Amino acid sequence: MAPSHVQEPSADRRLSTLVRHLLPSSPRRTAAAAAEDSSATLESSPTMASQGCSVFAGLAQAPEDPILGVTVAFNKDPSPNKVNLGVGAYRTEEGKPLVLNVVRRAEQMLVNDPTRYKEYLPITGLADFNKLSAKLIFGADSPAIQENRVATVQCLSGTGSLRVGGEFLARHYHEHTIYIPQPTWGNHVKVFTLSGLTVKTYRYYDPATRGLDLKGFLEDLSSAPTGAIVLLHACAHNPTGVDPTIEEWEQIRQLMRSKSMLPFFDSAYQGFASGSLDKDAQSVRMFVADGGELLMAQSYAKNMGLYGERVGALSIVCGSADVAGRVESQLKLVTRPMISSPPLHGASIVATILKDSEMYHEWTVELKAMADRIISMRQQLFDALKARGTPGDWSHIIKQIGMFTFTGLNSEQVAFMRQEYHIYMTSDGRISMAGLNAKNVNQLADAIHAAVTQLK
Amino acid sequence: MALSSRASIGRQRLAVVPAARAMASWFGHVEPAAKDPILGVTEAFLADPSPDKVNGAYRDDNGRPVVLECVREAERRIAGNANMEYLPMGGSMKMIEESLKLAYGEDSEFLKDKRIAAVQALSGTGACRLFADFQKRFLPDSQIYIPTPTWSKFPSSFLHLSVIANPMFFLSHHNIWRDARVPQRTFTYYHPESRGLDFAGLMNDIQNAQDGSFFLLHACAHNPTGVDPSEEQWRERSFQFKAKKHFPFFDMAYQGFASGDPERDAKAIRIFLEDGHQIGCAQSYAKNMGLYGQRAGCLSILCDDEMQAVAVKSQLQQIARPMYSNPPLHGALIVSTILSDPELKNLWLKEVKGMADRIIGMRKALKENLESLGSSLSWEHITNQIGMFCHSGMTPEQVDRLTNEFHIYMTRNGRISMAGVTSGNVAYLANAIHEVTKAN
Repeated sequence: MAPSHVQEPSADRRLSTLVRHLLPSSPRRTAAAAAEDSSATLESSPTMASQGCSVFAGLAQAPEDPILGVTVAFNKDPSPNKVNLGVGAYRTEEGKPLVLNVVRRAEQMLVNDPTRYKEYLPITGLADFNKLSAKLIFGADSPAIQENRVATVQCLSGTGSLRVGGEFLARHYHEHTIYIPQPTWGNHVKVFTLSGLTVKTYRYYDPATRGLDLKGFLEDLSSAPTGAIVLLHACAHNPTGVDPTIEEWEQIRQLMRSKSMLPFFDSAYQGFASGSLDKDAQSVRMFVADGGELLMAQSYAKNMGLYGERVGALSIVCGSADVAGRVESQLKLVTRPMISSPPLHGASIVATILKDSEMYHEWTVELKAMADRIISMRQQLFDALKARGTPGDWSHIIKQIGMFTFTGLNSEQVAFMRQEYHIYMTSDGRISMAGLNAKNVNQLADAIHAAVTQLK
Repeated sequence: MALSSRASIGRQRLAVVPAARAMASWFGHVEPAAKDPILGVTEAFLADPSPDKVNGAYRDDNGRPVVLECVREAERRIAGNANMEYLPMGGSMKMIEESLKLAYGEDSEFLKDKRIAAVQALSGTGACRLFADFQKRFLPDSQIYIPTPTWSKFPSSFLHLSVIANPMFFLSHHNIWRDARVPQRTFTYYHPESRGLDFAGLMNDIQNAQDGSFFLLHACAHNPTGVDPSEEQWRERSFQFKAKKHFPFFDMAYQGFASGDPERDAKAIRIFLEDGHQIGCAQSYAKNMGLYGQRAGCLSILCDDEMQAVAVKSQLQQIARPMYSNPPLHGALIVSTILSDPELKNLWLKEVKGMADRIIGMRKALKENLESLGSSLSWEHITNQIGMFCHSGMTPEQVDRLTNEFHIYMTRNGRISMAGVTSGNVAYLANAIHEVTKAN
């Protein structure tokens, strides 16, 4: 079929457009003329969106992310003795990043497999990965899994899982307030706020004991509305390293269930905290065992060292299989206009490892080694402070668990340590134990000792 | 306490069947048998009315998905050699730099002057979503104009189970800007009668839009129509945009894949840049590098100066941080490995041209087949259109006949994914199309 509309010669059309813009207002004329003359200056074309007139001209620079900003500052420091205790990425005893051997093996298998293609994953992600991830956190014989009550979608690590969960709740849950512990990971507030939830806090950390403020915790939840969402760190609380005991978890669970509160677990350190995958999942499994519903954001950044690959999963344990099916379909509506489908590589590595019993075992061994090194560093730091007679009770260093220690240092002391000792940590006094090793632990102990004795 | 027994639920080890490892298999070397030519065609279509194929995942002349050799080589270099640390919030600097060179030109003054705010994004979708959120945050009163049609959802009568699983079926520009809460309107684009561009209608809509509106433009290989403006038409659009002070946001998902030449496919963008527009641009490596599942892309915004670019980038990062913290590493490594190595880059250019040429060749073959079958209709549009898709102009009823009588799958709006057409099935396809469209 021939084109049915008549086309003017394009040069004529261009001229006629030009002519329209030459009548009658002069600013337009200038704009049109300026468009023909590429050397026109800004002054001669005030109404033109041209160089110097960006629509985003009024935009201010955003403040630096406080956590990532520590690394930025660290990188700028020329001192050969600098120590980065900011970001929670594992470091070896030599201070190097670590890619697990089992991960390298999985990576090599994927590269060598000529039958592998890189097509889009389904919206929900890699199916194997999802199933195996749910099994990992809930336990292979979890009743929720047996009964098909778990909806799982692959997400971009912990952050992505939290965001997708938050957006889902904002759309489909009747209560739009989420209670987060005080303190918590710096990004939690933004994630949930942008999801469309209102963020409130519950007491968590007791500075006096550098331990759990259980009383405040339970009181704040008691006065929260029925059905409120409650964010819980599954283990290795970030930034404090303070976890409830099993008995304390049971009290928390009972209170929450009595008020029909919805638990939203953030599990970034399963296996990394105690060295045991099952032990670190106890809190979560306790909540699943009572038959109730919950959300679970899971990350493989630390425990498989897959940081930059952005591997995680959001699971929602539902009351029934039917509900789980519908929940999954709604989760897809959240993720697709965000990222379409999640990235393939990291999830493929995880699935490769989890589904092979030998590789799985190798992973547990490497994971325990990482956890053990952290635990050893805690002991070394504690011993070093004791040896210096540093004033104060430093037992929290060995009582706390996971990647981070909440030292109890104030922001002044933190700044002092940065200035005088080139030791970098977030201003809340949180240190990443992963950044410590036998070589720099003494430097840190010296710095803490100086900060505590010179600045109060 | 009962809890301690509960704590032992979930064994140390998952009870799994050891996975069949490809490298240990006895039969890894066995090739599939050659297919019967006729049955092979229908079998191919039947067995793989694949959402991927129908939705524009490239297939070679044997109907198989492709991993580019340059990608395989890049992965070989990466495996075992790169660590997996977090990328910065804005993503890989190397990947961004290479991406900007591709889009803006190797010697672009904007690159030299550091005027482009750019972040790595989750492929084209992620780039569009970041921009939409950014637009909402900083220009809350603005709206977006999206062409009709655009990359979008398909009528549900086509859907069957396997198809539902594919994300492309549900994804659209509309959904992205809707979730970002940016009000949207459409502008005229496609001219059904000619299966071409409704240029007059398009220019009209551009002119009638409120000054300073945001427009979503497909840089090349418009999806789903395959209809692109000519260079001259692009120049006129640019001119009109200047007059109206509209913001041009380019979605470039097919650079290199459309004509076979990445520079040529970026022509529209270059025209707008020459004319002084401060564009936004979403780039995707899903198709042109075959990195679909790796989600590799880039979002860029041309700013007044370096200082503003720094500010804009920092704000884009503020949007990414509470969404996913930082973007995925692997795809970025592949892209930057390929594009920064002259040998690998040349290989890529060759391979992407190969893909584009195959599609162009299939278009030609399809048209010629239809003509030699004696079709009285004009099939010019098949070769006039460009990219992965052909808007055939067939009616839903004709498409249904294709499916029911000939086992040929396409969306009911008559859009053919050229990726599914091979030298082995083009004659069959032409014959089928002729049968359902000829006057009786």
